[in-house]
Amino acid sequence: MKFGVLQFPGSCDEVDALAAARRVGDAELIWHGQRDLGGADAIIVPGGFSYGDYLRAGAIARFSAAMESVIEFADAGGLVLGICNGFQVLCEARLLPGALLPNANLRFTFRQVHLEVVAGETPFTCACPPGAMLSIPVKHSFGRYYADAATLQRIERSGQVVLRYGAGENFNGSLHDIAGVCNERGNVFGLMPHPEHAVEELIGGSSDGLLIFQSMRLAVEGARV
Amino acid sequence: MSESATLPTLADALALGLTRSEYELVCAKQGRPPNQVELAMYSLLWSEHCAYKHSKKLLRTLPTEGEHVVMGPGENAGAVDVGGGLVCAFKVESHNHPSAVEPFQGAATGVGGILRDIFAIGARPIAVLDSLRFGEPGGATGARARYLLDGAVSGIGHYGNSIGVPTVGGEVYFEAPYEHNCLVNAMALGLAPRSQLVRSAAAGPGNLLVLFGASTGRDGIGGASVLASAELGAEGEGSPDKRPTVQVGDPFEEKKLLECSLELLQRGLLVALQDLGAAGLTSSASEMASKGGVGIDLDVASVPLRELDMEPFEIMVSESQERMLCVVEPTRLQGVLEVCAKWEVGAAAIGAVTDTGLMRVLRDGEPVGEMPVRALVDDCPLYDLAPQPPAEQIYPPPRATLARDATLAQALLALLGSPNIASRRPLFEQYDAIVQSRTVRRPESADAAVLALPDGSALAVSIDGNGRRVAADPYRGTVAAVLECASNLACVGAEPLGTTNNLNFGNPEKPHIAWQLAESVRGLGDACRALAAPIVGGNVSLYNEGATGPIYPTPVIGMVGSLPDARRAGRLGFARAGQRIALVGSFTPSLAAAELAKLRGEPLPQELPEPDVAGASAAQQAVRDAVRAGALASAHDIAEGGLAVALAESCLAGGLGARVELEGSAEDVLAELFGEGCGGFLVSGPDAALDELGGRVPVLAIGTVGGEALRIARPGAAAEPLLELELEQLAATHAEGLVELFP
Repeated sequence: MKFGVLQFPGSCDEVDALAAARRVGDAELIWHGQRDLGGADAIIVPGGFSYGDYLRAGAIARFSAAMESVIEFADAGGLVLGICNGFQVLCEARLLPGALLPNANLRFTFRQVHLEVVAGETPFTCACPPGAMLSIPVKHSFGRYYADAATLQRIERSGQVVLRYGAGENFNGSLHDIAGVCNERGNVFGLMPHPEHAVEELIGGSSDGLLIFQSMRLAVEGARV
Repeated sequence: MSESATLPTLADALALGLTRSEYELVCAKQGRPPNQVELAMYSLLWSEHCAYKHSKKLLRTLPTEGEHVVMGPGENAGAVDVGGGLVCAFKVESHNHPSAVEPFQGAATGVGGILRDIFAIGARPIAVLDSLRFGEPGGATGARARYLLDGAVSGIGHYGNSIGVPTVGGEVYFEAPYEHNCLVNAMALGLAPRSQLVRSAAAGPGNLLVLFGASTGRDGIGGASVLASAELGAEGEGSPDKRPTVQVGDPFEEKKLLECSLELLQRGLLVALQDLGAAGLTSSASEMASKGGVGIDLDVASVPLRELDMEPFEIMVSESQERMLCVVEPTRLQGVLEVCAKWEVGAAAIGAVTDTGLMRVLRDGEPVGEMPVRALVDDCPLYDLAPQPPAEQIYPPPRATLARDATLAQALLALLGSPNIASRRPLFEQYDAIVQSRTVRRPESADAAVLALPDGSALAVSIDGNGRRVAADPYRGTVAAVLECASNLACVGAEPLGTTNNLNFGNPEKPHIAWQLAESVRGLGDACRALAAPIVGGNVSLYNEGATGPIYPTPVIGMVGSLPDARRAGRLGFARAGQRIALVGSFTPSLAAAELAKLRGEPLPQELPEPDVAGASAAQQAVRDAVRAGALASAHDIAEGGLAVALAESCLAGGLGARVELEGSAEDVLAELFGEGCGGFLVSGPDAALDELGGRVPVLAIGTVGGEALRIARPGAAAEPLLELELEQLAATHAEGLVELFP
């Protein structure tokens, strides 16, 4: 199992994502300017401020050479995980429905939150125990999940809402408390919280985030069998 | 030499901040009156900010050597050996006046500047801490403090968050003397393989000077002289006139610059590296030349510009952010340009190292300025201070906010909700504290930040400095600040490796400010010597005076330590019901300049009690050893608000109550509960651990962890408690104190 972690100018959490993925399998960085995804079995679009978040968070990164390949990879059914800025990039690339707006409090906010795993059968959550609550940190300025009413209804019906903020934890004002969504096919997933920062008790305060990476490995290796 | 129309006059020199005698000395050094370019460069390099002309003699008295020191003062940052072939580079710097004029960009570029200092010596920045001072934030008179606070916190977050360096700690105090002249000090830490450290001395005549990073514009002109080395004055606060002297930061540009610089060093392509900060190219190029004992020819026509029609002097003094200067062997130029292109960082060869000992500024090959490097960098006159203690206290008493007949419970709640003690969560939630995956202790979980190292050990870092206590007694107050930093480290199990400091003071040409500065530096030196925590770098910020007078004298101390096992880093919160609570150390609390005295509106005392440095040091060692052994469940330094506040903080951090019995007399009860001093610790743990600690230093068992309330009573079951407060109420008061400042 090999993860590929994209690296844009302005990425900040790519090294953390790389280290987290390496707890579960092989992982390598993929420079934004290259089209070759290096034979990765799954792609992680990491957090940070790609291209300074200028214009709009994720709006420039989605046009990079590497993202062109990621879009093809996703269209072919490959697993793509977008974390924080990566989630924003995937929304900008139309690989995921909806958009991320400025937090309701209009401030960058860092805190540990509890997340309810709403869809436990996806390739990104299949290692989570049924009904799991995950303790994972968030840190962002633009994390308020928004989609129009029709889209919300559609993604709710088709089970694309994967994670919701726990009771009282939706500080950013996301519609339907949505913290993470997947595409209709279920192979592309984006979330605002940072699972790569919750992979060991010592520095994450929890290792719940590891379940996301373990799920991806299960999904990839299960698909191979 | 092509002269621009007319030579500048003495009046021009005075307007740029030079004195008459300094101008005459410049003429003598040059053998003629300086032209516009030369005068601009002299005025910056001979400013207080660059030349330390009022503080250098004092700074020479500080201890700078120690077994862990790898790089001491004089480089872009200091560095200490942290084992495993790694060094930790660190430094604190101020951006006070820019922040007072434009808080968001002032604070943001303060962070940007200190980060460049760290990667300029080849270290990857791994953490930022900040030390902030504002006026009283409450009520109608607090509007300016609230505006500055909000802007500065946003600016720090904007820069640190965007560049991917965690903000892991810091401190903030609110006191009336900072109302007009806020303080924004930023400290950064970096990590580097010892072999990758680089110095800034230019070397090798014929080698090329390459400027890389952002292009050069008109922003920040005169920042070091006009803004940083003069009092803000009545018109200074938020003065639109001075806004053009504040630089504008771009963290994205700096992120690329950081990665690019580290890759250049890793590939071994550079001879020397230096960041551009105050005084821009003028200071960077001249200081590189001075350190290497060489000359530099620099052609301003080769400098990539943001605006087409810039004058040579403007190019030389621009403080445009996110720029670095390096010395490169000619054969490696192509390699350097390729790495810069990869990171989409602009780069241009703008000059060369020479053996002339001259700083020569050219435009299209035509000389426009020529100065001996020595004269520019080393020959600025140093001034002796004329210290004189003031006849009476120069600071008015704080405004009383707590009635003198308040109950002990009311006093504790007032303290917990007061701006200087209330939860800092509304600030630190605006900072990313965890990026880079090293953060073992997040803010408010321990007395010091703790960062894991690859070999399983950890770094700990604390920043501290209580200006009101220094105002009451510059020597003892400064000793206390150093002791508190070391105590914070001890609480997580860390031993000091080195210290950095930022001396924030008023106008040193005034005798009582000179006295504050001299006494404070004497205290700093004595305390650092006693703790074997040498000074490896720092910064001085003088002329911090607004319309209503000088700031409190505020030496900000940053201390870095290490602990062998990251997993055993201490916490401040009580952990288990039934465990014993003890007071450790020879703690003699006093209300002199304490937070309680402030709330009661008491004037500053003439002095503080003498700190017991040896006793504090012994207690620190004992607590450190116990934490390292994993014997204690919690350890917390007793600081602002005294024992009662420390108890409340340990209760709140652990979500557990405490029952405490104190033997004392009725007349001492305020000092007993709320008095402050050095070297006292509040710890909890199993009986055996506390007994063992008691074999080394004074340990007084005072209570038991547990319950839903903090109850403090005199011994004897029948006694009415001195105070009893539900945790819920303590938590709400503590949490709410600063919330309204960030609507």
